[in-house]
Amino acid sequence: MVPEALFFSAILFVIGVVGVLTRRNAIIIFMCVELMLNAVNLSFIGFSRLYGAGGQVFVIFVMSVAAAEAAVGLAIIIAIFRHHETVDLKNINLLKG
Amino acid sequence: MSYGFVYQFLFYLFGVTAVASAAIFVTRRNPVAAALWLVNTMFCIAALYIMMDAQFVGAIQVLVYAGAIMVVFLFVVMLLNLGLPPSVADIKGKGARIVALLAGLVMLAEVLVIARQKLPAELEWLPRGTSVTAPITEPLFRAYLLPFEITSVLLLVAIVGAVVLAKKRS
Repeated sequence: MVPEALFFSAILFVIGVVGVLTRRNAIIIFMCVELMLNAVNLSFIGFSRLYGAGGQVFVIFVMSVAAAEAAVGLAIIIAIFRHHETVDLKNINLLKG
Repeated sequence: MSYGFVYQFLFYLFGVTAVASAAIFVTRRNPVAAALWLVNTMFCIAALYIMMDAQFVGAIQVLVYAGAIMVVFLFVVMLLNLGLPPSVADIKGKGARIVALLAGLVMLAEVLVIARQKLPAELEWLPRGTSVTAPITEPLFRAYLLPFEITSVLLLVAIVGAVVLAKKRS
């Protein structure tokens, strides 16, 4: 079932990429990034069926990095919301020339 | 390695449900509804992990991703009172959609190329009665000990950073 797992993983990753590129709500973009990480984890688990348990170890690392990323990212979003009263990326254009 | 009909049926069921929930998730306007659909996707992915002999990672997926990370997301959505759908559409204009379509097509083509490669044979299942955590902890605490320790430093940095960023300046 490994090819099927890789196929589902690819579809989930593409859905995440499309979400990041088309949405403007910063929180939903963050959730799309989490979805992409999940898709990569799924292919890690699929490959661990072929090459041994090292892939599962990497999934645990990815999960801890994702948890750290979610904590810091949401803190940044809260800080931005205090400043701009919005999380819509259209209104956050401080670095735009 | 041969699989029974029930196994294959359940595998496809969970995979298709995960993909469908993800597709619904990216198209929802309401952030709360989107987050709940993403939780559904993560539960289905956990089921796929368990079916692929990664029971421990499946349990961690439910506890950490669906349980902890998504609750933090929902907490922030409700803290900032963003639960209502926005008055203006929050989908970007035509240009971004075309870019997204192209990126998706390129990645799908790449995946199809990869899918045609020959994969090695699958490993045998764990023998009945062995621990499911032992095959993970052995490499985790031997070959990957240094990355494991660095991860603890990363988590500490993330905690301090999140507190400093989210704290109100007096």
